[in-house]
Amino acid sequence: MKALTSEAVLRTIVMAALAIVPVAALAVHQPFYIEMMTRVMIYAIAALSLNLIVGFGGMVSFGHAAFLGLGAYVVGLAMVNGLTDGFAQFGLVIVICAAFALIVGALSLRTGGLPFIMITLAFAQLLYFVGVALRQYGGDDGFTFRGRSIFPGLDLKDGVTFFYFVWVLLALCLALMYRIVGSRFGTALRGIRSNERRIRALGLPSYRYKLAAFVIAGTMCGIAGGLLANFAQFVSPAYIHWSVSGDLLVMVLIGGFSSVFGPVVGAIVYRLLEEILSGYTEHWQIILGPILILIVLFARKGLMDIFARRPASVPGVGHG
Amino acid sequence: MLNLTLVLNQALNGVQFGLMLFLFSAGLTLVLGIMNLVNLAHGSLYMLGAFFAATIYSWVGSLPLAILLALPVTFLAGVVVEFVVLRSFYQRDHLDQVLATFGLILFLNELARVVWGAAPLNMAIPAFLSGRVELIPGITYPVYRLALIALGLLVALLLYLLVAKTKLGMLIRAGASNREMVEALGVDIRLLFTGVFGFGAALAGLAGMAVGPLLSVEPAMGDGVLILALVVIVIGGIGSIRGSFVAALLVGLVDTVGRAFLPGLLVTMLPRTLANAVGPALASMLIYLLMAAVLLFRPQGLFPAARG
Repeated sequence: MKALTSEAVLRTIVMAALAIVPVAALAVHQPFYIEMMTRVMIYAIAALSLNLIVGFGGMVSFGHAAFLGLGAYVVGLAMVNGLTDGFAQFGLVIVICAAFALIVGALSLRTGGLPFIMITLAFAQLLYFVGVALRQYGGDDGFTFRGRSIFPGLDLKDGVTFFYFVWVLLALCLALMYRIVGSRFGTALRGIRSNERRIRALGLPSYRYKLAAFVIAGTMCGIAGGLLANFAQFVSPAYIHWSVSGDLLVMVLIGGFSSVFGPVVGAIVYRLLEEILSGYTEHWQIILGPILILIVLFARKGLMDIFARRPASVPGVGHG
Repeated sequence: MLNLTLVLNQALNGVQFGLMLFLFSAGLTLVLGIMNLVNLAHGSLYMLGAFFAATIYSWVGSLPLAILLALPVTFLAGVVVEFVVLRSFYQRDHLDQVLATFGLILFLNELARVVWGAAPLNMAIPAFLSGRVELIPGITYPVYRLALIALGLLVALLLYLLVAKTKLGMLIRAGASNREMVEALGVDIRLLFTGVFGFGAALAGLAGMAVGPLLSVEPAMGDGVLILALVVIVIGGIGSIRGSFVAALLVGLVDTVGRAFLPGLLVTMLPRTLANAVGPALASMLIYLLMAAVLLFRPQGLFPAARG
């Protein structure tokens, strides 16, 4: 249990540190950091959702950006077509992303391993090309809109308000994820990852469990997409590009696949790494690439491993 | 007559595209089948091949000579990548391989940007391959594209002979179906892996070099073709060269012909505004729908290689 406690300590520190970002940023007259961390928290929600299927469920999806883009397009299209009510928008995001995840999941979970990686990638590409083909909405270039979702009593157009709005959603998603992973469903999911045949032999419908996890992850990522559209007031197929799916996986990798909070740490560190490296050279990816390879080689358990030196309280993700 | 010209032109374009896709996919499917390694950086080797050829072409001024010289260089680049990075990942799971080769793509694409710059390089079509040739009276086709079709068919034939008729090919096939057994029989599988990887890299590079004069040579040019090749491999069956040949032609034809004719076809069946809206989207989705259909009915692909 010690590992869980230290994760809880880290979680509290990080979330508290995030909460004072706007105050600190305004104090030093650098409002840029509020925007930067808003974006980081949005990607953290997406990475968090991805880890439910990759880290806990053992389903390596290389097309998670599809849901990010789908959520963004739903909000963006609602905006330009006059539907500005936030509850209606995010209600639509949830329904549409859940439905899409149900279809994609139902088809791709018939396979496993390598074909699963590729078919999730292919579905994301499919959506990418739909975005490109929407010529009345800018096609390749995407489209901008003015304003943000309207929730009663909130002025999301204000950067600080929007920051805390995202912070609260991140906290809610985290709480939900801890509940899911700690539940019987979460235990079964981890069991499927370690040995699916055994779970089936126990009489559990493993396919349905995996599908449920896939739908939850897709829907949560869709919400992150809706936030991203709000944040940037811009939507384009670039959100669905396959390199975004790769970025999300990398965030989870940096944080660690075996903890709930890891992806949040990963999203923050990935952005900071980009910020620092790009300060040295515009060709910072030439440094980032080898760093990623070295992490996979030598620090596969991610940063959260430092906070869970003892045998992980949640069974770690092995290489097998 | 105009219509027939168009259909024939697009069909040949589809075959040409499919054959280039085959050159690219052949190496990828071998690496997957034999070494069980997902190499997302295969597209970067295609890009490197094109850059090598473009650079050498600008020195020697002859495209065939440039390609002949660039091939061993690309082979070596593949061997270096395999030796330095990928060798450590054969025993890792697919997730690790995806992540590591994703890092490799970032590195190689950026490296190309540093060495050759971000602006696209142009490769001129050599004089003896430029212009158009009359196929049947009244219908002409670019000579260079015909040359690519010939090249693709020739390489496919050589590859077939190599894999089906030689001892090396026998080892490759044996490695694909049962790696442990081949190793137990005393074959140096690591050396075989390195060789096959370099060979696959050279094939991908050849595809990049060959299409260089048609497209532009630029960093990250391999990313799109990688995704298409993954579709080809899933349709054809992992590890099967014959499968990727058939699937590559299928994907090339469906994609090219679909994009050319589907929007027009839809206009005749649907209201014009609706057809204009969904036509292009549906055309670019066709191959992914094809893949989903194959996965539904034949999850192992059309020509699954026997797996041990």
